[in-house]
This record gives sequence, structure tokens and C-alpha cells, in this order.
Amino acid sequence: MKFGFSEEQVLLQDNVNRYLRDNVPLDRVRTFADGGTDTDIWQGLADMGIPALLIPEDQGGIGLDALDAAIVAESLGYHVTPTPFLGSTVMAPTALCLSGGDHSELLEALATGNKRVGIAFGEAIARRNSASVTVTNTTLTGTSLFAFDADADFYLVADPNKHLFLVDTNAKGLQRRHLTTVDKTRRTVELSYDAVAAQCISEDPSVFEATLDIGRVILAADTLGAAQNMLDQAVAYAKQREQFGRPIASFQAVKHMCAEMAASLEPCRSMVWYAAHALANLPQEARLTACHTKAHLAEVGKFVAKTSTEVHGGMGFTDLLGLHYWFKRCGSNRQWLGAPELVREEAAALQGLT
Amino acid sequence: MDLEFGPEYEDFRQEVKDFLRKHGEKSPGSAALRSNKTISWQKLLIENGYTARTIPQEYGGYGAQPDLIQSRIIAEEFANSRINPGLGGQGISMLVPTLLELGTQAQKAQFIRPTIEGEMVWCQGYSEPGAGSDLASLTTSAVLDGDNWVVNGQKIWTSTAQLADWIFCLVRTEPDAPKHRGISFLLFDMKTPGIEIRPLVDMTLAANFNETFFTDVRVPKHQIVGQRGEGWQVANAILGHERDSLGNPNITLARLNTLIDLMKTETVNGEPLIDNPIYRDRLMKIQGRVMAMRFNELRVLSSQLNKDQDPGIARMIVKLQGTELRHDLEGLGIDIMGEVGLCYGDNPHTRTGGSWQTQYMFFLGLIIGGGTSQIQKNIISERGLDMPREPKVIKKGGQ
Ligand SMILES: Cc1cc2nc3c(=O)[nH]c(=O)nc-3n(C[C@H](O)[C@H](O)[C@H](O)COP(=O)(O)OP(=O)(O)OC[C@H]3O[C@@H](n4cnc5c(N)ncnc54)[C@H](O)[C@@H]3O)c2cc1C
Repeated sequence: MKFGFSEEQVLLQDNVNRYLRDNVPLDRVRTFADGGTDTDIWQGLADMGIPALLIPEDQGGIGLDALDAAIVAESLGYHVTPTPFLGSTVMAPTALCLSGGDHSELLEALATGNKRVGIAFGEAIARRNSASVTVTNTTLTGTSLFAFDADADFYLVADPNKHLFLVDTNAKGLQRRHLTTVDKTRRTVELSYDAVAAQCISEDPSVFEATLDIGRVILAADTLGAAQNMLDQAVAYAKQREQFGRPIASFQAVKHMCAEMAASLEPCRSMVWYAAHALANLPQEARLTACHTKAHLAEVGKFVAKTSTEVHGGMGFTDLLGLHYWFKRCGSNRQWLGAPELVREEAAALQGLT
Repeated sequence: MDLEFGPEYEDFRQEVKDFLRKHGEKSPGSAALRSNKTISWQKLLIENGYTARTIPQEYGGYGAQPDLIQSRIIAEEFANSRINPGLGGQGISMLVPTLLELGTQAQKAQFIRPTIEGEMVWCQGYSEPGAGSDLASLTTSAVLDGDNWVVNGQKIWTSTAQLADWIFCLVRTEPDAPKHRGISFLLFDMKTPGIEIRPLVDMTLAANFNETFFTDVRVPKHQIVGQRGEGWQVANAILGHERDSLGNPNITLARLNTLIDLMKTETVNGEPLIDNPIYRDRLMKIQGRVMAMRFNELRVLSSQLNKDQDPGIARMIVKLQGTELRHDLEGLGIDIMGEVGLCYGDNPHTRTGGSWQTQYMFFLGLIIGGGTSQIQKNIISERGLDMPREPKVIKKGGQ
């Protein structure tokens, strides 16, 4: 029995961390936030094989599983890295592989990082009155909100029946509009469809669900990393900042804020590992742990984001320090693919409690 | 990642399940100390190796090789079936492990068997009116007089002192040494002349703890664990054991399942409580926290089995998070019941034996006892996050 990483996984984590530490400092994130691209970062990760992570070997991938993806996601969150990882590496390959269809061409292009697939799932999770997707035969009409990865070549669109469609970004009748959100480490778009031809990927709701589950666990892993970084920054800052003639880290109010963050975050680590492991290995538990992990990390992430900012005093509130990138990253991870109340209600439904 | 315990452990799990199915009904609901039912259940558990499992046979235990996975399976199965896992208490969970580690041959032979069998009940004499969180400032003194220590002073919050046969007690034997190096760890009979116990009624309205006064209590010299002045280290070995047992996530899970059952059956205006979306959300929130703590426990276990795995601060946070979580869970059990949740003791409307109120208070006690939540946060920040200690206050007029 070992509840932890293999040697290969430790190596994977070290490599990704090293790459991100060297290539994605906060200044690089700011360039993206100011409108720059993420292509060089994505290329660097592609050189390490990251986009191929979940794609089976016979389709040009590496054939690892959700835990490996969660390890990478934690590092990406730690460095608030702009990437199309969630859609292109995690959710799209999961859906394509489960769909039963032959998508080898696209999967191979995803494996090398040459193509990007964005995700437009909102209308199947919590449809707002300003959006909906209707399908006639395989033609889409309507709107998807907060599709992520603004630079995708394709979008994987879910309609309210949890059917999945693949839409080419260049398809006739498709419009893409940037949606400005607080989280500048990622870019989201509104997609509007005016009778857009789409390829039906799956009409089996369980394909949608499995794709959603892994997406949620990966967002939770991203929050784990982002929150850990905020805690690390808070502790480091507190040791070095002096007031009243002593480091603020020696004030108990500050120590207890940090201890509370650490105490709530530490079990999240195990929770993310377990949930990711369950996706591939414990089918009876997978959906429930995915829901709870998404919701719990959302709550802890919110708490750590607020508290670590407070530890920094006025400096925490500045753009100069840039802590707000992590704060907002935790915020968007919380809302995307189901906010905590919604996800907890799903958890209750899964247990027959609704 | 490998969560399988292996086929040999599945057989073991089956044995435990079979035992519980066959004998479960003999178990006492809650462990009333010294009742025949409690003691014969305890002996049955020892005979079968489900408690005192790794304690050597010569001291009355089952004598199995330590196997963390087996222990975990036992804990899981007892919790799942909500069957009494045997006696805990300070003698069994704290003193016995300490004697095994630091006691003399004679002490082990004398105390361990009757303690684990539930015949010898212990109390813990640590806290004093002037020494709670700052335990090392305790002043109860013991002075050597011939072959005896002569103990004078007062302890407080001594749980079960009124029932205990013996006490393990921290006393100051080296008044001139620095405060952590002047303490010794004594064991003595509660019937020794000079001991007076005054019950303290606690918020549950039972007198579970006491004030314990010592006036010239004579304790044979050899009834010391460890050397003179080493009592602080001995006590800390014990505190580790105590904290491990305080936030057990398997038991929390069993409690959560009881709460879910209650919410499915109890109705308000004809609707089951579980249909109320606010209660349901609160339940799910707690379920998520319980899950996180269970997986945290798995990581702690794994790092004990795989020496190369670093548990981080996973173990250090268990007392803080586990007791707070349990308190919140019990509080939800009260809230969902509305006015009925107020019932305490005998009342035709009381549900689940009134246990939500009892446990809600009991866990507040555990949040305070055994190192308060604030002290836990000090430990986490200083030892876990390497933050500096609070500077000493300089008293007015002093140095
Ligand atoms: C139900 C129960 C059973 C108990 N059973 C036993 C027993 O059997 N034997 C025994 O010896 N003792 C027992 N205790 C005592 C227990 O260990 C003490 O109550 C506990 O250590 C706190 O000490 P205190 O009560 O003196 O509170 P204090 O130490 O006076 O604490 C009061 C408040 O001040 C805070 N505080 C104190 N120091 C600090 C600090 N450095 N930083 C931040 N905050 C601080 C505390 O967190 C608390 O909120 C029991 C207590 C309870 C509640």
C-alpha cells in the first residue's frame, strides 16, 4: 500500500516545477494578462510531453492517468500559469477517448500541442437565461458562455442534454467574443452559434460526466497549487516584514492565520490525490469524490486567498506584489464547472439524498 | 499510488467482519467503566486481537507483530459497523504505550495487564490551577524522603479521578532546575492516604472531572517512569499518543452516517429533513471535510508504511482539524432538529439518545483538553511553518 507518488511522478513534478519556475515568473504571467500569448509556455510544456499526458500510447500519447494530470495542474496553479491545459490536455482527450469514435487525427495533434480544444460546458451544468445551445441534427444554434481557452482551434460544446459536439473555430456562423473576467491568467470567450455545423462526439451523458469529473478534479488541483503558493508567500513575507521592532511572523494573530491556512490546506492535498486516483481506479467512488473535492477546494481556496492577502497588509492589496493573480485564479477555479453549492447538490443527488 | 492492502488483508478484513457479525450484539453500547458487560467484551476483543493487539502476551495483550494495516482494518470495520471498539481512556491510550516504551520490566508486568483488561482504571494528573497550556510551570512537588516521594500540591480537571484506581502524575522534583527539566513522572495508588478528590461538575452537568489534592502523599521511590527530571519527555511521548486518538476520522465517518440516517427519517411538516436544501448543503459541506480528513489519515498511514514518504504537516493538524470538525458535525445534528435538538436526557422526543447535545459539548471539551486549538496553532506555525516563537513578556518590575 502506498498513498503517494511513484518515482516517475516525483520526477514529473520536479521537471514541471523547474520548467515553470525558470520560464513563468510573475512577469511572464503579466505579459499574458496584458494581452500577450501563452504559446511559448505551451511549447515548452509540449517539449516535455505534457499535452500528450492522457492520450493513449497508440494514439501518439503517453497514456498516463488523472493523478499525473493533477500533479501537473498543481504546479500550473502554483505558478498561475496561462495554458490551455485544462481543455486541451485533460477534458478534450478524456471525452474523445471515451466517445468510442475514431478521433486519432485530432488526438495526435493534441498530443504534440499543435492543436488546442476549448471547453464550452456551462450550458449543461448551470444554464443562465442569457445562454443556451440548441441542436438540430448536428447544427448548433445559440450561445455558450465562458468557454475557456480563447485561442482554441476547436471547441467541445455540451448542450443541455449533455450531448457533446466538436466545433471548428473557423466554422461558418461561429462568433467568438472575449469575456473579461477577474482572472487574467486565463482568457474566456462567449461563443455564439448561428446554425454552425458541428460533429457529434457523444450522446452518452456518462461521457460528459466523466469529462466534467476530471475537469473538476484538475481545477481543484490547480487551486491546491495556487493556495499553497499564497500560503508560502504569506509565511515568507511574515518572517521578513518587521513592525513594532519584530518580525510580524512572531505575532500570534499572524501565526494563527498561517496555521489555519496550513491546517485546512494540508488535507486538501490528500483529497486531490485520492479523487484523481479514483477517476481511473475506483469507479464507484469517482463521481462523489470529484464533486466533494471540487467543492471543498473551492472553500479552502477562498479562505486561503483572503487570509494570505491579509497577512501581507497593504502590500497584499497591490498590483505590484501581484498576489491578486493567485487570489483570482482561486476565484475562477471556484466558479468554473460548477460553484460549490451546485456541486454539493450533485454530491447529494449521487447518494440519493435529493 | 496503490490503495490495495493485498489479498492476505482481505482475508483478515473478512475475519473481522465475521467476528463482528457473530459477536457484535455482546458489545456494550457505550463503555460504562467496570461494568461486567464492558469487561467481558474487552476480554473477548483482546482474545481475538481486536484491541491491545500488539501488546506482548506476557503483559496480557494479544501479542501480534505491529501491523499498521491490520490495525487500520480493525478500526475501519468497527467504525463502519458502529460497534464498540473496546476501552480507550487515559490508562489504555496514553499510559500503556508509554510504559511499553519507557517503563521498567516490573512496571510493565504490574500495570499493563489489568489496565488493558479494564480492571485498573487510571487518571491523568497533569493540569494544575496555575499550569494549563503552560503545563511545564506546574508546582505540585515531590520530595524524596527515604524510600518514598512525598507529594504535595493540587491537580485540576482530573478526568475520572473519582473512579480511578491509580494516577499517573507530573510532579516537580528538581525545584532548582529549568522548568522543563525539573519534572518527574510518578505512578501511584489513588487509595494512598493524603489524596482528596472534589468533583467538578462540567457543562454536560455530570462530574466527569475533579480537583485532586495531595497532602504528604507517600509514593514508593521506584514508582517513577524514566529518570528524575525526565518527566517532561515522558509526558510528551504520551501526548503524541493522545492527540492521535482524538480526531479519529473513522469514527467521525460513522457519526456522519448516523446523521444522514436521521435526516432521512426525521420529518418536519411531513417532509424529511434531508429535503431541506439548506440542511442538505450543510451536510454535504461536512461530508466533504470528513472525506478530506479520511484521505489525510490515509497519507499519514502511508508515510508510516513507506519511510521514504514525507507526511508534511499531515499528522500535526489532526487534533485541531479533527476535533473542530467533529464539533461542527454534532452541532449540525442539533440544528437540524430545531427545538427537538434541545432535548437532553429523558424526554419522549429525544432522538439518537440525545447524543448530539452530549457529543457537541464533549468535543468542545476535546478542543480545549489535550492542548487547546490555539496551542495546536502555535505548534503548527512554529514547528510546521518554522515561524518564530512569541517573545517572552517582561513582567512589570521583574527581569
Ligand atoms: C474535558 C476536559 C478533560 C480534561 N481532562 C484532563 C485530565 O484528565 N487531566 C489533566 O491533567 N488535564 C485535563 N484537562 C485539562 C486540559 O488539558 C486543560 O484544560 C488545557 O490544557 C488548557 O489549560 P487551561 O484549562 O488551564 O486553560 P488556559 O491555559 O488558561 O487557556 C485559556 C485560554 O487561553 C489560551 N491560551 C493559553 N496559552 C496560550 C498561548 N500560549 N497562546 C495562545 N493562546 C493561549 C487557550 O487556548 C485558551 O483559549 C481536561 C480538560 C477538559 C476540557
